[in-house]
Amino acid sequence: MKESLGVYDYWPYHNRPKIEWPNGARVALWVAPNIEFYELDPPANPHRKAWPQPSPALPGYTIRDYGNRVGHRRQMDLLDKYGIRGSVSLSVALCEHHPEIIDRVCERGWELFSHGIYNTRYTYGLSEEQEMEMIRDSIETIYRHSGQKCAGYLAPALSHSERTLDLFAEAGSDLFGDDAGFYTCDLFHDDQPTPVRVRNGKRFISVPYSLEMNDTIVYAVNKVEPRHYGTMLKRHFDRLYEEGKESGTVMCIPTHNYQVSCPHRMKAFEEALEYITGHSDVWLATGREIAEHYLTHSYDAALEDIKRKNGGVQ
Amino acid sequence: MSLDKDYLEYPKRGYGHDHDRYEWSMLADRPAVSWPGDKQLAVWINTSLQFYPLNQQGKPFKVPNGMTMPYPDLRHFTLRDYGNRVGIYRCLKAFERYGIRPTFAINSQLAKDTPYLLDQLQATGGEFICHGWNMDHLHYGGQDRDEEAELVQRSVDTLRSLVDSPVRGWLSPAKNESWNTPDLLTENGIEYCCDWVNDDMPYGFRTDHGPLTMMPLTTEIEDQFVIGQNLHSEDAWVEQVKDAFDFLLNEARNQGGRMLALNIHPWMIGQPHRIASLEAVLEYITGHSEIWQATAGDIVDAFNAQSGKGN
Repeated sequence: MKESLGVYDYWPYHNRPKIEWPNGARVALWVAPNIEFYELDPPANPHRKAWPQPSPALPGYTIRDYGNRVGHRRQMDLLDKYGIRGSVSLSVALCEHHPEIIDRVCERGWELFSHGIYNTRYTYGLSEEQEMEMIRDSIETIYRHSGQKCAGYLAPALSHSERTLDLFAEAGSDLFGDDAGFYTCDLFHDDQPTPVRVRNGKRFISVPYSLEMNDTIVYAVNKVEPRHYGTMLKRHFDRLYEEGKESGTVMCIPTHNYQVSCPHRMKAFEEALEYITGHSDVWLATGREIAEHYLTHSYDAALEDIKRKNGGVQ
Repeated sequence: MSLDKDYLEYPKRGYGHDHDRYEWSMLADRPAVSWPGDKQLAVWINTSLQFYPLNQQGKPFKVPNGMTMPYPDLRHFTLRDYGNRVGIYRCLKAFERYGIRPTFAINSQLAKDTPYLLDQLQATGGEFICHGWNMDHLHYGGQDRDEEAELVQRSVDTLRSLVDSPVRGWLSPAKNESWNTPDLLTENGIEYCCDWVNDDMPYGFRTDHGPLTMMPLTTEIEDQFVIGQNLHSEDAWVEQVKDAFDFLLNEARNQGGRMLALNIHPWMIGQPHRIASLEAVLEYITGHSEIWQATAGDIVDAFNAQSGKGN
């Protein structure tokens, strides 16, 4: 085990090269609906229990099924209303289980990125070969069902190995060269994209995916009241919008439609989206678009600055 | 380091759910349902009446809201008992004041042991749902089938012998089931179940002994969940119920009938400082003309009368 992650260097949020988003936008806003499939009777993983009760664990399973049966369509209607395309963190087995949802996602021009096969199959305990097999399966499944070359990764149920980012980058390169496997959502260390070192040396970055704004963390872990979540989203946006005058920032709203699309939570979410999209200098983007823009326009300057701030270049 | 090969095998990775209890469909795609009187939103007010034993066994897990202290946990035992002695009578007054047709999900042991309470509940004309034997008799994966069969039968038969109206519905303690529970329910003549909280409408559910109607009794806006688990204020609970009501009513106007299932617990909402919050919710709900406030069984009947709606 390593003492520190070691895939990025210290890089202060201070005097960084300016990020310029399209049309002078201050904030790149992306919404990342997690479209997940949880199994009723998953195999046991020795490192993490899927459910607190013996299978069938209805309390956890059924509310997540609610997300698929009821919730996604509500959020689709809402994002349509505010002109936002979702960037879907996908349990790819859902392509086979519930293809109608994938059809709706594709009709809207939303992005699909990999969130593993099922959210009840964890990375823990997998050999490197097994993890590679799982990640390749996920990228191939997305391609088969949507024609999209998967650019991003959020490990299933946030379960990682030391090699997760390397393997995702390599699987993307093997399958689609530089068109796939170039950003991760698994790092929560920054409010701007940052370069990340991967084993095959490709240009690879972290795109901010805020756990603090993640509805499951907010509602299920931190037990926040729905309307306060709305307030948090507005405050989070306000500060990033203000700072975005100096250099472009990223705001991500990760959602789960078994949380945010419950009837008692929709109003607060809608009000926050209305507020945010009511500002002029917001780029409504997808994760891939943010990553591509950054890789093209900011990545090289970032590497230089990181070296400089760490004493490598004068 | 590696896991067994079957950890990356997915035998159920195919169309639909990973079980065959019900058909896969999205609520927004189903045919519109209409409620009696062309009302938009069916409102089911469910009151859970529960007995939490002092000598809790916690098998296979400690029931939420049960005993947590070393034996004898007088604190939780009496706080829960409070609901059946005091809290429920405040709730009944509120129901009368707002003309509510209540539904009571009651542990059969409690119904048997408190005839006075049962009489008062029956006097409301409300419907009774069997809520299992008591809160420490859970239904769970791995449970012996015969043991569970006896438990279901005893619970259903006992309640049926005590109440005058038909007992047609079932709510498992902690909404937890074994693989056999749905089959045992229909074997005992149960017509609908409230455990699977995966929809905002009833839907059809398969069992070995014929169809069951699933009536999702949402956990997310229960008083015990919002106030007790999430530690939100009473005012926030009222706000959340109102927001849920408004949202579902609006969705119903656009997509066809919807159901608001509100589950309350007298040991929680029946406290002196909380009962006004229940009254505020009932006042808000009953102040709308587009609602059909009904018992669970009436909603099941109206739903099933529209063929093909059970997907």
